[in-house]
Amino acid sequence: MYPIVKKEKLADKIFLMDVKAPRVAKTCEPGQFVIVKMDEEGERIPLTICDYDRAEGTITIVFQTVGASTERMQYLNEGDAFLDFVGPLGCASELVDMDTEELKKKKIVFIAGGVGTAPVYPQVKWLHEHGIDCDVIMGSRTKDLLFFTDKMEKVASNLYVTTDDGSYGFHGMGTDQLQALVDAGHTYNHCVAIGPMIMMKFVCLLTKKLEIPTIVSMNPIMVDGTGMCGACRLTVGDEVKFACVDGPEFDGHLVDFDQAMKRQQLYKTEEGRAMLKLKEGDTHHGGCGHCGGGE
Amino acid sequence: MDVWKKVPVREQEPEVRAKNFEEVCLGYNEAEAAEEAERCLNCKNAQCVKGCPVAIDIPGFISEIKEKNFEKAYETLSASSALPAVCGRVCPQESQCEGKCIRGVKGEPVSIGKLERFTADWAREKGIVPKSDQEKNGRKVAVIGSGPAGLTCAGDLARMGYDVTIFEALHEPGGVLIYGIPEFRLPKEDVVAKEVENVKALGVKIETNVVIGKATTIDDLMEEEGFEAVFIGSGAGLPRFMGIPGEQANGVFSANEFLTRNNLMKAFREEYDTPIMKGKKVAVVGGGNVAMDAARTALRLGAEVHIVYRRSEAELPARVEEVHHAKEEGIIFNLLTNPTEILVDENGWVKGMTCIRMELGEPDESGRRSPVEVEGSEFEIELDTVIMSLGTSPNPLISSTTDGLAINRRKCIVAQEENGATSKPGVFAGGDAVTGAATVILAMGAGKAAAKGIDEYLSGK
Repeated sequence: MYPIVKKEKLADKIFLMDVKAPRVAKTCEPGQFVIVKMDEEGERIPLTICDYDRAEGTITIVFQTVGASTERMQYLNEGDAFLDFVGPLGCASELVDMDTEELKKKKIVFIAGGVGTAPVYPQVKWLHEHGIDCDVIMGSRTKDLLFFTDKMEKVASNLYVTTDDGSYGFHGMGTDQLQALVDAGHTYNHCVAIGPMIMMKFVCLLTKKLEIPTIVSMNPIMVDGTGMCGACRLTVGDEVKFACVDGPEFDGHLVDFDQAMKRQQLYKTEEGRAMLKLKEGDTHHGGCGHCGGGE
Repeated sequence: MDVWKKVPVREQEPEVRAKNFEEVCLGYNEAEAAEEAERCLNCKNAQCVKGCPVAIDIPGFISEIKEKNFEKAYETLSASSALPAVCGRVCPQESQCEGKCIRGVKGEPVSIGKLERFTADWAREKGIVPKSDQEKNGRKVAVIGSGPAGLTCAGDLARMGYDVTIFEALHEPGGVLIYGIPEFRLPKEDVVAKEVENVKALGVKIETNVVIGKATTIDDLMEEEGFEAVFIGSGAGLPRFMGIPGEQANGVFSANEFLTRNNLMKAFREEYDTPIMKGKKVAVVGGGNVAMDAARTALRLGAEVHIVYRRSEAELPARVEEVHHAKEEGIIFNLLTNPTEILVDENGWVKGMTCIRMELGEPDESGRRSPVEVEGSEFEIELDTVIMSLGTSPNPLISSTTDGLAINRRKCIVAQEENGATSKPGVFAGGDAVTGAATVILAMGAGKAAAKGIDEYLSGK
C-alpha cells in the first residue's frame, strides 16, 4: 500500500496528493510518470510526476477528475492509501541529460496549460536548482482554475499568467502570450509545452512558424505503461512510437496531434464514451462507469 | 473401456460457454482420472518424460493415481513443477509428453495433461501445499518477472535454500498467466493465484509494482541490495503491428492491450472501472494461441469474430485444441487472407478492412510454405474492431540499463540454454526475454535450468 501523506484541492476538479513511494522517489527525474491504481476495481491511471522528495520518499501527483477512477480518487484522504503505485516510468526530460553549461546558454520558455502546470513545475524547479534561467507562461480557462502560481513564481525567471476569459493576468491563450513576448523583442530557442493536446498542437503550430524547437509531453491512453500493450502509440515523424517507453516527451513539431487527439477520444472523453455506446449498441455495458450505459 | 481412446473430459457446451467467462474444460473427477491412469503402460524408458521441458516423473505420478494415492501423486508432480495446475491446462502436451507416449503409436496417447490438472486441482481443493524442509542458506537471489519462468526459477531456488525475492512490474504476480491467458482457459483466482501462493509458501517473497530498469537496476540490486545473483524472466514485450495504413485508428488494438484490459484489469466485469471496446464485428489478425484467446474473448463480449490469417489451416501456429474450441464456439476463420489496409471513417474509427487473398508457395526458412498474394484479389470487409496478434519484440528496459548484458540481432538477451548464464557474471536469463514469444512450459524449463545454473554458480563462489 502507498499511503497518502498530504491532500489538497487545487481548483475545481483538480487535486494534489503526496504519496509515500520510496522506490519511485529514490530514482525519479522530471519528465517521468507514475501509474496509480486506487483499489482492486480501479483503472491504472498514468500521471506525470509533479514533484518528489527523496528524503521523505514521497511523490507529488496532481490529477483532474475525468473518468470513473479519478472521480473516485478525489474522495481519498490523508491516511488513506493507493493499492498500487508504480514508477518512475518513461524517459526523463531531455533537459536533465543536457550539459548544464549548454543549458545556461539556451533561452528557454515553458508553456503550461490547465493541469499541465503540475508537470511543468518540477522541470522549472530543476532548472532553477541548477542555476538555469527560464521563462514560464501558464494559462487556464479562468482565474479559479489557476494553481501553483506562488510556487512557480519562486522558480521561474519570469512568470506570465494568462486566462482565456481575462479574469486574471494576460487576457488570452498561452500562444497569444508567447506571440506578444516575441513581438516585444524576447527571443527563445527552446520551448517546452505541456497541457491538453489541443493546446500543445497550437503551441507547436506557432513555434514552428517562430522556428523555436519545441518539446511536448504526451498523455495518451495507457494500460501497463511498460511497453507491453501498445495503447499509447503515436505517430512521430514517420515512425510509430510508444509514449510509455519512447516518451512521454517528443519533438512537438513531429507529433501527429490530430491523430493523437482522435485516439484519445476512445475512452477518455464524454464524446468518446458516447461514440463507443453508439458503436456497441446492445453490447455496451458501461464499463467506464461514467456514461450511464447499461442502465 | 476402449484402451485405444482417452477417457473423454467433460466441457461446457459450446453455445453456453460462448456467452460466459467460466472455464471451458471441466476436468476429470477421481473415477475418470483413475480410469485414464490405467491406460499408462508405466514404460521403463519413459519417452513422455523426455518430452517434458521440466522432466516431470510422469509414470511415477500416474502410478499413484492408479492406486488413488492422490496426495502422493501431487508430491511427485510438485517436486518437478511449480505450476502443475497451470501446465495441465495450457501446455501443448500433443507436441511434448503426449506426443511421445507409446500409447499414441496405435491409438490415442494417455491424457497426461488432464491427469496433471486433476492431480493439482485435487491437492488445491484439499488445501495441500508443496513442502520444503530445506534449511535456508541466507544467500539472496533476485528474480525479475513473476511469469512462468520467474515463478519456476524462484520456486526451485527456494527449495534449495536460497532467499529469493521476485520483482514484478505489474500490480499482480503471474505475468502472462494473469494478463494474457483468459479466465476461460486458466481461472485467475482459483488456479493462478493459488499456484503463486504455493510458490510463496516455499519462502519466496514477491514485490509487485517494481519496474527493474526504472525504479532500480540490476547493477543496483547486486551492488546495493545484496543480491548475489539475478534471474531475468521479464517476458516478451512490445507488440508488433503490420505497418499498414489505418493502424492508428480507434478500434485497432494489439492483442496484448485487448487481453490485458480484459484479463488483468477485468474489464469484462461490471464492477471494474477499466473500459474495453466490445465490438460488434471484430477481426483478429494472426493465427497463434494469443490470436485464439483474443478472438474467443471478443466473442464472449458479444461480437461476431473473424480470424484473419495469411496461411492455411495446416500452418496455424495455435494448438489444435484451441482452434477446435474456437470453431465450436463460432469463430469464423478467413484463411489465406491478409489485410492490406484498415478503412477509417471521418471520425477516426475503424469501419472496415481491405484484404487480399493468398496462396501457398515454396517453403520458407521456417519450413512452412510461404504465402504469396493473389494479384487482383483484394476485397473489403466491414468491421468496427481489429485486433493485431502478430507477436512481440523484446522490451529494451532491462538490456539497455544493465552494463555488460549481451543481446542478439533480434534484441533478445543472450543466455546459455543449459544453465541460463548471460554474458554478465551472476546474471541469468530465460523465457520469452531470451527466446522471443514461446510457450509457458518452455519458459518454465528455462527457469528450472537457470535455478540449477545459479546454484552451481553460487556454490562455486
